[in-house]
Amino acid sequence: MSSAMEQDTGMFKVQQTIGSVLCCKCGVPMPPNAANMCVNCLRSEVDITEGLQKSIQIFYCPECGCYLQPPKTWIKCQWESKELLTFCIKRLKNLNKVKLKNAEFVWTEPHSKRIKVKLTVQAEVLNGAVLEQSYPVEYTVRDNLCESCSRFQANPDQWVASVQLRQHVSHRRTFFYLEQLILRHDAASRAIRIQQVDQGIDFFFGNKSHANGFVEFLRKVVPIEYRQDQQLVSHDVKSSLYNYKYTYSVKICPVCREDLICLPSKVASGLGNLGPLVVCTKVSDNITLLDPRTLRCAFLDARQYWRSGFRSALTSRQLVKYFVFEVEAPVGEATVGGQKYALSYVQIARESDIGKMFYVQTHLGHILKAGDQALGYDIYGANVNDDEMEKYRLRVKNGLPEAILIKKCYDEQRERKKGKPRAFTTKKLPMEMDESRGGRGVDPEKMENEYEEFLRDLEENPELRFNISLYKNKDYQESETASMTDGEGAPTVPIEELLADLELSEEEEEEGDDEDEMDE
Amino acid sequence: MATRLQFENNCEVGVFSKLTNAYCLVAIGGSENFYSAFESELADVIPIVKTSIGGTRIIGRLCAGNKNGLLVPHTTTDQELQHLRNSLPDQVVVQRIEERLSALGNCIACNDHVALAHTDLDKETEEIIADVLGVEVFRQTIAGNILVGSYCALSNRGGIVHPHTSVEDLDELSTLLQVPLVAGTVNRGSEVIGAGMTVNDWTSFCGSDTTATELSVIDSIFKLREAQPSSIVDEMRKSLIDTYV
Repeated sequence: MSSAMEQDTGMFKVQQTIGSVLCCKCGVPMPPNAANMCVNCLRSEVDITEGLQKSIQIFYCPECGCYLQPPKTWIKCQWESKELLTFCIKRLKNLNKVKLKNAEFVWTEPHSKRIKVKLTVQAEVLNGAVLEQSYPVEYTVRDNLCESCSRFQANPDQWVASVQLRQHVSHRRTFFYLEQLILRHDAASRAIRIQQVDQGIDFFFGNKSHANGFVEFLRKVVPIEYRQDQQLVSHDVKSSLYNYKYTYSVKICPVCREDLICLPSKVASGLGNLGPLVVCTKVSDNITLLDPRTLRCAFLDARQYWRSGFRSALTSRQLVKYFVFEVEAPVGEATVGGQKYALSYVQIARESDIGKMFYVQTHLGHILKAGDQALGYDIYGANVNDDEMEKYRLRVKNGLPEAILIKKCYDEQRERKKGKPRAFTTKKLPMEMDESRGGRGVDPEKMENEYEEFLRDLEENPELRFNISLYKNKDYQESETASMTDGEGAPTVPIEELLADLELSEEEEEEGDDEDEMDE
Repeated sequence: MATRLQFENNCEVGVFSKLTNAYCLVAIGGSENFYSAFESELADVIPIVKTSIGGTRIIGRLCAGNKNGLLVPHTTTDQELQHLRNSLPDQVVVQRIEERLSALGNCIACNDHVALAHTDLDKETEEIIADVLGVEVFRQTIAGNILVGSYCALSNRGGIVHPHTSVEDLDELSTLLQVPLVAGTVNRGSEVIGAGMTVNDWTSFCGSDTTATELSVIDSIFKLREAQPSSIVDEMRKSLIDTYV
């Protein structure tokens, strides 16, 4: 009993100091409580942890680090993490009889295969006194491979569904672009394996729905045609369960950007008599065809394309450099699909044969000036192996146009920048090269050149960059001479479009690899 | 000396008995062990009266008294009243009072000089108490409880109150009652002290659940160790103004 008595004569309330009584069992002075026993005596009287589980067995998969929650779920948890704590507490039965106040891990040696958790619970005892007690629970960890790991162990190359993506053209530009798109949208994050083959890429998935999802993603970004097949792997007679391997064979349409196409007459008339010579300007989930003579555009979606299945007459491999001598004022202008075009007559000559001048119509009147260089198709001198083209040539009176210009050429400006790294870098998918075909596999030097062209393409076309993530190149410095260019410099990616990359340590290594490949 | 006993396997001894310096009342219907416990302590000194009040056995809680008198509620039958008058010594005045709160043992806690009363007691009753028992009456609460008779046990030498009584309250009560007080428990942590034990100046009886600690507290606050019946009953002692530390 304390002898310090302060009678606080406040206005309304007298201060009440709690006295102390003796514990009825052991006699130690203590503040009074509902049971009038000190905590130790109360604890010795009543054990609120009676009937609670104190030891339990849990199963752990050493391959993937998951713990089993019966009957079938495997939960991935780190050692001594919050998720593991929640999981351990969930496994205990009867815990709803008492109130759980606190739970924490007690350190155990990782090799001991024991997890110790100290739980603090509260329960009401005797006449209203609430008692709090801590007790340890011991978990015995047993190793047990989870189903997916055991399946993987049995056959590491096990895949359930595969997507074979093919495009029967001689370049890989589409696949570079697709690679960037896939990275940006994380569409192949669930692929077990990605393998590069001669005219395409193979993706392997562990689940049919993952493969299906991937094919759906592809359908949205490129015009494709696909078929699905399955192969029986095993068959459980008793429960009538069939295990299959599914294969999706996906074909991307062979028409690419900047291709020259001679449309078959049926298709041309179907599109409103679009001049049979058209240029393909954009390929997304539908193909955009531009008639360079009338500046009219048409869109073909995947189904329409595959109904006729025409191929390009001339592809970007066959582009030829032209010098532009004179550009007349545009006779017509149009804006199609966000792009401006101007129809005008130009005087051009091939780089290889400057003596022979041509006077042709072009749709690039808005960007060409005298003295520029341009790339185009040399119909006059080319030997085109295309039936439609031949038929058209015979039909038309005035003859085919001698050249069709496709784009402006920035080679001169690029000369100045040669040797300097670009302002941006790109990421790559983890692809395996196809070793099995021996020398007929992909030629690495050819790949390098094609990739370089792809990057140039990215620089020149902002709309191509729309769906792609480009990352800042850490080694790039703004050169002092960049500001004092006479005339226009080569087009570059403005710095606002570049993303700063994540600075995780493993990412830095990858970045380093990228840069090594990228620098000329 | 404090004695531990039970009435029909129930430890609430203060419910079934009333002990004062001049007499002792016990309930009827219990085993002979109960009476023999009382008789062994008190036989030659004061009369032990077996009675019922209003036909019930909870006599300890229904009546209040000291050596000067005994107050019984209006539910007491005439025979019981007569029996009491006959059995008790002549100087003890037995009075039946008409009071709405009929459990007088719960509402009044008294020793030979001073009494604590329920705050809602009638003015008349208060006067009767002062008159019959010869005490000074104070309306008080103990630890916020108005049933002062239940939550404290009082004798001329000391008192035990409800364990949750604050230090300030304890001092105030002690000053009023002019005896040392302690906050304690009886019957293994029970707060209802008035029902759990009964006490007079030289002896006390508690329920058998009372722990040794509680017993020692009782012994020391009521100063039972050195007490002899004769020296107390004959003398009028002035209590000390003291707080038990």
